[in-house]
Amino acid sequence: MLLKVTTALITVLAGIGVAVLLFWLLNKLAEALPSRWEERLKPFFYILPAYAAITMFLVYPAIQTVIYSFKTRVGFPAESWTGLDNYRDLLGSPAFRDTLFNTLLWIIIVPTATVMVGLAVAVMADRLREKAERAVKTIIFMPMAISLVGAGTVWGLVYDFRPLGTPQVGIQNAIVVALGGDPVPWVQESAFRFNSMLLMVMLLWAQAGFAMVLLSAAVKGVPVDTLEAARIDGANEAQIFTKVIVPQIWSTIVTVFVTVLIAVMKIFDIVYVMTNGNFNTNVVANEFYAQFFTNNNQGAASAIVVMLMIAIIPVMAYQVRNFRREEANR
Amino acid sequence: MSAPVHPPVGVGKREAKMKGGEDRHAKTGWFSRITLAILVFLWVVPVIGLLLTSFRSRDDQAEGGWWRLFTDPASITRLTFDNYVNAIQGRNLGDAFINSLAIALPATFIPLLIAAFAAYAFTFMEFPGRDVLFIVVVTMLIIPNFVAFVPVLKIYRDIGIGGTFPAVWLFHVGFGMSLAIYVLRNFMSSLPRTVIESAKIDGASQFQTFWRLVLPMSVPAIASIAIFQFLWVWNDLLVALVFLGPGERAPLTVSISQMLGQQGQGQELVTAAGFFSMIVPIMVFLLLQRFFVRGLTAGAVKG
Repeated sequence: MLLKVTTALITVLAGIGVAVLLFWLLNKLAEALPSRWEERLKPFFYILPAYAAITMFLVYPAIQTVIYSFKTRVGFPAESWTGLDNYRDLLGSPAFRDTLFNTLLWIIIVPTATVMVGLAVAVMADRLREKAERAVKTIIFMPMAISLVGAGTVWGLVYDFRPLGTPQVGIQNAIVVALGGDPVPWVQESAFRFNSMLLMVMLLWAQAGFAMVLLSAAVKGVPVDTLEAARIDGANEAQIFTKVIVPQIWSTIVTVFVTVLIAVMKIFDIVYVMTNGNFNTNVVANEFYAQFFTNNNQGAASAIVVMLMIAIIPVMAYQVRNFRREEANR
Repeated sequence: MSAPVHPPVGVGKREAKMKGGEDRHAKTGWFSRITLAILVFLWVVPVIGLLLTSFRSRDDQAEGGWWRLFTDPASITRLTFDNYVNAIQGRNLGDAFINSLAIALPATFIPLLIAAFAAYAFTFMEFPGRDVLFIVVVTMLIIPNFVAFVPVLKIYRDIGIGGTFPAVWLFHVGFGMSLAIYVLRNFMSSLPRTVIESAKIDGASQFQTFWRLVLPMSVPAIASIAIFQFLWVWNDLLVALVFLGPGERAPLTVSISQMLGQQGQGQELVTAAGFFSMIVPIMVFLLLQRFFVRGLTAGAVKG
């Protein structure tokens, strides 16, 4: 144990030391230049490590991944071009189409549910006394801190299944049995994608706090005058919510929706720990991992990534446009 | 996705009520109270269930769930730390904990260092191509790290650092940095320019201005993004699974995911293991809540 700690500590300090040294050297190098060049080149020295990392981990791999997606037996001596075969094989397989359909369900259901729960808590807690509001929000936000593997241990216990006749440890089955039913192996119930929905509940549980914080800030930013004016005009609470509050916080709702959507497109951990993609719960990220490691089919894995990237491009364009608009207002 | 970067209000923080404004508390209906109570209950019961179960012995766990502590109070006397001891020693979770730290600390520090320099250059220095280069950073923000796994793993194997800590750090540098640059640059551009200008007039070099002035002033933003990045790496499963895999360098997430995958023997340890992995994030959450909320909401756009 002591050896382990020492080795880890040395590695950590060495890694940090090298990073600091790099900047120290770059700065010395810039200062050694004639002062006219120093001022001109220094910015590039400052951003150089950042762009080196971006090139090595984003630009080059992205290009390489696209190339791999048109190849077969990547990494083996027999590596060769196969055109669109990887894509054709994937899209032609019923299992992969199920995977795509599952992912689509996640993409539609989870962001919508997250926004709805987040908004409900934001609006309702806003009317509580300060201490109660704080307590409610802290509890809803807390799962954001926990890893999805941790969430897997939490919900694995909730969905736990023991055979008929043995005491149930999972609360969901305990309730079913107490009501006179037979215990259900929840994560294996794939009719109507029920088990996928149970996994979605886990992500909702983990992410609703994020939606709540942003939406709560927006709700508090709604001017009280507009609410009062609506009340004087005889609007009821539901009308105030849909016609006064929601339109004013619409841009935040869209932001939260898109942010959760991006996270959902890449969802991996929950499915990996709960079912490993079995019982018809597979999603694209897990299929990627299976192709990559289990099947050792890097071509197919790359093709999946390319499809994911194509799906993300519109979001990226939205992001850049948003950024430009924000800069213009600065 | 600009809004998450400046969430104006933290959890539970409330602005001063406007004078003459109607009291918003006045109309807390029963519907709202009951709905909130149900949601809070649903959010918290699974965690309490895990916590209570983790202290129940193997035999007690076989006889029923954590609620038996309430229906069968005698079992309270049998609560034990055995599951924690067995998980930490028997399943090497102590080592995994150290691995998690050894991965997360440099993977937080290094990208922040790189990002701080770059953000300073983007905010306070003039150079050709600055705006275009910054747009590149914004674009990179949401690129999923999936794009890099296949090629980078190949590179790592070629240069012989596959399965080592630096391999994981570098990967997190590549994917943590754009967000840090973006957030720090947004923060730095809100700093008072006159202070920086006057430092230059007094003859401070760029490095001195950065190190003595801008960096200390940016501490709130740095703290938020550091907490986000630390937790992101601490909670990460996929990157560690790809580059380290199960084994002697596996962090907590990987070790526990393997335990979850095995049925039968040692299932009673999973609850303790799960809670053990949450101790650090929950401590960070409780101690640094303000920075934590800001960091997590700013970081949610990360790809």
